[in-house]
Amino acid sequence: MANAHLRPAEPEPSLNRVDGRLKVTGAATYSAEYPFDNLAHAVLITSTIAKGRIANINAKPAEAAPGVLAVISHKNTPGVPAYPPVKQPAERAPIGTAFRVFYDELIYFSGQPVAMVVAQTLEQAQHAASLVEIDYQTETHQTDFVANRSTAAIAVNVQRNKTSPFQDYDRGDPDALPSAEVKLEATYTIPTQHHQPLEPHAIIAVWEADDKLTVYDKNQGVKSAQGNLAQAFKLPREQVKVNAQFIGGAFGSGIRVWPHTVAAVLAAKQVKRPVKLVLGRELMFTSVGYRPFTVQKIAMGATKTGILTAITHEGTGQTSAYEEHLERTILATRAMYACLNVSTRYRLLNLDVNTPTWMRGPGDATGMFALESALDELAFALQLDPLELRLRNHADADPERNLPWSAKSLKECYRIGAEEFGWKNRKPEPRSMQADGLLVGYGMASSLYGFHRHPSKAKAVMQADGSVVIQSATMDIGPGTGTAMTQIAARILGVSPKKIRFDLGDSSLPDAPGQNGSATIPSVGSAVHDACKALKNKLLILGASMPGSILSSAWPDEIVIKNGRIYPNAESRSSVLYTDILKYHKLPQVEMTEESKSGPERDQYSMYSFGCHFVEVHVSPVTGEVRVKRVVTCADVGKIINYKTARSQSIGGVVGGIGMALMEESVMDHRYGRYVTSDFASYHIPVHADIPQIEVFFVDQPDVHVNPIGAKGLGEIAIVGVAAAVANAVFHATGKRVRELPITVDKLV
Amino acid sequence: MKAFEYVRPSTIREAIELVATNPKAQFIAGGTNLIDLMKHGIAAPEKLVDINHLPLKKIEKRDDFLRIGALVLNSEVASHKRVLASHPLLAQALNAGASGQLRNMATVGGNLLQRTRCPYFYDRAFPCNKRIPGSGCGALGGINRMHAIFGVPEKPDPKSCIAVHPSDLSVALSALEATVLVQGHRGERQIPMADFYRLPNNRPEQDTTLSNGELITAVEIPDAVFQKHVHYLKVRDRASYAFALVSVAAALDIDQNRIKTARLSMGGVAHKPWRLFDAEKMLTGQAVSETVFRQAAEAAMQGARAFEHNAYKLRVAPNAIVQALKLAAGLS
Ligand SMILES: Cc1cc2nc3c(=O)[nH]c(=O)nc-3n(C[C@H](O)[C@H](O)[C@H](O)COP(=O)(O)OP(=O)(O)OC[C@H]3O[C@@H](n4cnc5c(N)ncnc54)[C@H](O)[C@@H]3O)c2cc1C
Repeated sequence: MANAHLRPAEPEPSLNRVDGRLKVTGAATYSAEYPFDNLAHAVLITSTIAKGRIANINAKPAEAAPGVLAVISHKNTPGVPAYPPVKQPAERAPIGTAFRVFYDELIYFSGQPVAMVVAQTLEQAQHAASLVEIDYQTETHQTDFVANRSTAAIAVNVQRNKTSPFQDYDRGDPDALPSAEVKLEATYTIPTQHHQPLEPHAIIAVWEADDKLTVYDKNQGVKSAQGNLAQAFKLPREQVKVNAQFIGGAFGSGIRVWPHTVAAVLAAKQVKRPVKLVLGRELMFTSVGYRPFTVQKIAMGATKTGILTAITHEGTGQTSAYEEHLERTILATRAMYACLNVSTRYRLLNLDVNTPTWMRGPGDATGMFALESALDELAFALQLDPLELRLRNHADADPERNLPWSAKSLKECYRIGAEEFGWKNRKPEPRSMQADGLLVGYGMASSLYGFHRHPSKAKAVMQADGSVVIQSATMDIGPGTGTAMTQIAARILGVSPKKIRFDLGDSSLPDAPGQNGSATIPSVGSAVHDACKALKNKLLILGASMPGSILSSAWPDEIVIKNGRIYPNAESRSSVLYTDILKYHKLPQVEMTEESKSGPERDQYSMYSFGCHFVEVHVSPVTGEVRVKRVVTCADVGKIINYKTARSQSIGGVVGGIGMALMEESVMDHRYGRYVTSDFASYHIPVHADIPQIEVFFVDQPDVHVNPIGAKGLGEIAIVGVAAAVANAVFHATGKRVRELPITVDKLV
Repeated sequence: MKAFEYVRPSTIREAIELVATNPKAQFIAGGTNLIDLMKHGIAAPEKLVDINHLPLKKIEKRDDFLRIGALVLNSEVASHKRVLASHPLLAQALNAGASGQLRNMATVGGNLLQRTRCPYFYDRAFPCNKRIPGSGCGALGGINRMHAIFGVPEKPDPKSCIAVHPSDLSVALSALEATVLVQGHRGERQIPMADFYRLPNNRPEQDTTLSNGELITAVEIPDAVFQKHVHYLKVRDRASYAFALVSVAAALDIDQNRIKTARLSMGGVAHKPWRLFDAEKMLTGQAVSETVFRQAAEAAMQGARAFEHNAYKLRVAPNAIVQALKLAAGLS
């Protein structure tokens, strides 16, 4: 059972999830669940070869099957207006330039959509899809990272952009490494891993008119999806409406608009009916991105006393042949420790696969697996406690940008984590601790994640009955956005959370970023804060202007608002109700919209979330099975808005990290360029029995430099470093260093 | 999925008739495997004969054996008092398989006849001799981490198959020398577990020795002395809800620290539950000791052969045998 202690004590009771009841009773409507009378169903047919061209499509038998409305392919697609009219092959485009669906006969990866059947019922569409005959002309494909590694290169889009952070980076003395007292070099490999949220990606596309499109689409950003679709179909933005109110998990798979979404929109256009498309589990492996296969080489130099003198970190990630996906893999290494001499290199390997995408803790979860494993190796080489080594190299200021941190309580995280975990009971020697015939290992790792805040708008409305509506086109892919925002609004307005409704997941609401990069609380939370503050001020002014108002002589700082009642000061027994103010002024409602964004502080401070994880594993010396026995995690993410949802985020991150460390791996048969792990029976994610007690702690100190609410992001840092902590614990238990995830039985016995 | 006809006969005779006279008809019990196969287009029956209403749902004590009806649910067997008392190995094996939800749907008969989980069998884009005889074995030169180490061809030929049978229950039943009761067109048969499953040989498409239309009505497990000293050990990639990498069913009859009888069977290592006859023989009459167990495990591994990705099974399997024996004997 996941358990959590609150430290320091929870300042105020956490608001329960505002949509919890809707979710657990099934009343929440997810993308695939919107009812339409004349809904048609689409099924995708995908390529079984990894490279080549479609030689022939015979759709006749499918078209003749009962209920079939259309069989769409590059031969008869209504076409995406923004695609180049003169056929041209896809090139190494920057990430986000979506693959062109049903564009031509070229095949870029196994699993690529090549045709689609639309029928009256799902069953009819599925059956007809099995009747479509496709002949391919195959070409030699390359999907094997290891075999092709030597062809990796600096991304074309990095070469074009001299200020890209993925340019080769060198600071300090290049000779520091060769001349170091103690040296270490190791290569770490992360396999391809898939987000696989429980809710598959799904869309219902509805053309309301020839130039008006509405989609109910699982994604992580209604505004960016709106922009993408408007661009693709050459429509004015406001003619495209995107709705994604409830999301059953995403972890990054919904950050961009994928080909299947465009395909469903095309289908709806073709059959002139609303069309629903739900990806089957197997298509989830080739349609919505993944954490890319990545190989990293780390070299480290240190003094005998454990002071880091040099680090080089080279990372190579895989991408498709038609798009360049870049992620932060090597970036954390520049900021994490106080080391003068650091070099990083980042390379991409184009393979005949679909494009990867950001997956929880993108790049950092990958990079910190390597860096934090290497640090553990160094600690062992130096015969130094791994935590002590990290303390000795603690960066008191950002060594990359030479700026002070906006706030950093990493040492406090270490202290809390070590104490709660009982780190002092760790015997330094690997294989020295045992329990019940099992090898016991203690491991730890640090984590960090950059601070992201994007311009966001929120509208706050006070209604005549004293209820409040807050609106922003933000998202909730699971963390409980509406709950946290309601809590922020309730605190500022002095209104019971029960009287507040928070609207999100609709592109017609005020502008907000998509839910990614742990940016929602810092960005949208600030906008909600600002909008509510502005609304409160406006109401107070209106209140003070009422004849004989007790507010007219009140000091703004002394005003206390409780349950919609405004007291001029804490001692006062008389009060004014929000509702009185609206009534007096005969206003049906009062509203304020505010935009909130970062200012010059971004250039004055370096901003990160920090944290650490402590893990105990038990390993069977007989079978090699590893089970995580307990985890203590502690994060400094500024102010905690809602302890309960924050704790859930941390637990979820740790669970994801355990999966990453011990089981998640998408295995491809390179002879076919095709995955052999396309279901949940073979692509393993942790089940309950794999998840032990997880104790979550927060430092909970507002970071006064980042935004008005003092809160930083938590979603990603929760997973960053977990895999390293597990791997380090496995090393401590067994004396075996596994540098290739996942750590499975075959690697330990 | 193709459209199919669905019928629900009320008598055993009717059910058998429906399938025996129509090669495109198939029984369906819990459906937890068959429906998946139909969705993937691997099974495409034109007629589904639902047997869930047939009177095959009893667990009965007979003269010197326990009879478990083919339609008893996996979860019912695993929690049945008599089973727990007389054949605890069965409950251990069942509880090590699938998930609570699946065990609540899955039947004994269906469990025995579930098909392999080889990914090349499951994805029609790959060749598979079990799915399309003669199309080749994808696993042989491919990803074969989960695959067989026993009963595999010395020289692969175009008809080879190195898939393993995924059932945990069948491993325990094989160790307990159960008998499968089947009824067909031409009457009843009793098939000992040892003869129920086949090695792929030239017909990998055929998992068992059943003929078309034969209905499993029950399994019978002899009363034996294997109550106290049994253990089902399952090595897997996660703590639950995963198929065996290697599993071992161990049953010992120990008298004054001496092994009178030993039964051992392995899962995840062959096209069928793999009885370890040589190891059993070696253990018989020996005093309980880890050394003896280790020797037996070595004997058991004779003839094992690994492919590119499953060599670890050669290391895990003997360890698992020793561990299962130790746990069964109470040595651990
Ligand atoms: C995700 C997942 C994980 C699993 N993990 C495990 C595991 O770890 N260990 C394990 O052992 N199993 C596991 N299973 C398999 C599960 O045990 C089987 O699916 C189940 O036992 C099949 O029983 P059923 O009644 O549903 O069979 P059905 O799907 O109804 O039938 C299976 C086959 O048996 C035939 N059949 C059924 N009953 C009879 C009968 N009485 N006579 C003749 N033919 C019959 C059917 O025609 C069909 O061919 C797992 C399954 C899933 C989906």
